[in-house]
Amino acid sequence: MATINIPTPLRKFTDQKRNFETDRQTLSDAIDHLVATYPGVKNNLLDEEGKVRSFIKVYIEDNEVNPNENGSVELSEDTEISIVPAIAGGI
Amino acid sequence: MNTINLIKNPEANLAAKSNRLAPFIGGTPLYHVTNINRNEKVRIFAKLEWQQFGGSVKARPAYRIIKDAIHQGALIPGKRLLDASSGNTGIAYAHIGAALGIPVTLCLPENATNERKRILRALGVDLRLTSMTGTTDEAQEIARQLFEDDPDTYFFADQYGNESNWKAHYDTTGPEILEQSEYGVTHFIAGLGTTGTVVGTGRRLKEYDPDIRVIALQPDLPMHGLEGWKHLETALVPGIYDDTLPDEIRSIGTETAHETIKLAASREGLLLSPSSAANLAAALQLADELEEGTVVTVFPDDGSKYGEVMNHLFNKT
Repeated sequence: MATINIPTPLRKFTDQKRNFETDRQTLSDAIDHLVATYPGVKNNLLDEEGKVRSFIKVYIEDNEVNPNENGSVELSEDTEISIVPAIAGGI
Repeated sequence: MNTINLIKNPEANLAAKSNRLAPFIGGTPLYHVTNINRNEKVRIFAKLEWQQFGGSVKARPAYRIIKDAIHQGALIPGKRLLDASSGNTGIAYAHIGAALGIPVTLCLPENATNERKRILRALGVDLRLTSMTGTTDEAQEIARQLFEDDPDTYFFADQYGNESNWKAHYDTTGPEILEQSEYGVTHFIAGLGTTGTVVGTGRRLKEYDPDIRVIALQPDLPMHGLEGWKHLETALVPGIYDDTLPDEIRSIGTETAHETIKLAASREGLLLSPSSAANLAAALQLADELEEGTVVTVFPDDGSKYGEVMNHLFNKT
């Protein structure tokens, strides 16, 4: 199961859970799984076109990935994904 | 004799040094936003807050916090200034600290940009990076814990709970706006971060004329890209916040701020930070709604520290 680390601002919508485990095989499927499980996350994470908002960073392990261009990235059992709020305008 | 005493007494020397920075704090120009204002019966002005020592609006509270602490004997030679900051306050502490010989330790979420970390390291700051998913709320908690574990080493500046924060704006930003608008300001509108700007400036303006409307802004969502701003319903509410002060609270989206960065750059010649652009976007919306009036806001900083945002907005092929 891959794990998504939930940032503090989104925990209000995940019953204060810090991590979300998913058996989905790709990054975009994992994000869809998170949003389907916790609908309150959707508006914060995705724009009107369903893309991850431009000012939100997504990391796989320590590497930043663009989820809108690299959604097909495959996840393994122990992949750790972090959704990170922008600080200092991080995009 | 005074001069000799100042040199021999390190604490008095620190106070004297801090006084020398006073001319470079505050006193920022009030810029008349004309080209993109759609309502000719409403004037919009903004304080260009990056034009002071430390490069942002945070020069005011950082300087006041340090100065008050020196005068109160809480910040003495040998102590380290400690706080949590997402950026601008930390940078202001760092500039002032370097100038006064005060070492600075900052708790900063590790997802702050490398650009921001380089600035702080260049100014000699001891950086304690906190988790990238924890936001500045977690950084605040860790800073407080560091202080409680070692109160002899640190002066905990606590920008979110320090009364000197809002007083800086009460004593400087508020009077400057009154004077520069020729006492004609009818609306003050600004974002909520530590809330010092809105509380201090708003309180001063309301004391002059209770009919001046104070409008506070927050991000439209808990997950946002507006540097330093807080979404009140989901973030730690700063201790200095006075919720009776704003007449109204409005929300602004990060994407709206980004579009306003482009607008201000192309039409006003101003390269703004996301939070400055958010203030401007809200001021423009407010002006559209009014019959007449004088709207004043602040531009906390310019776009020079936001390379990643600028790349995103302007380097699209």
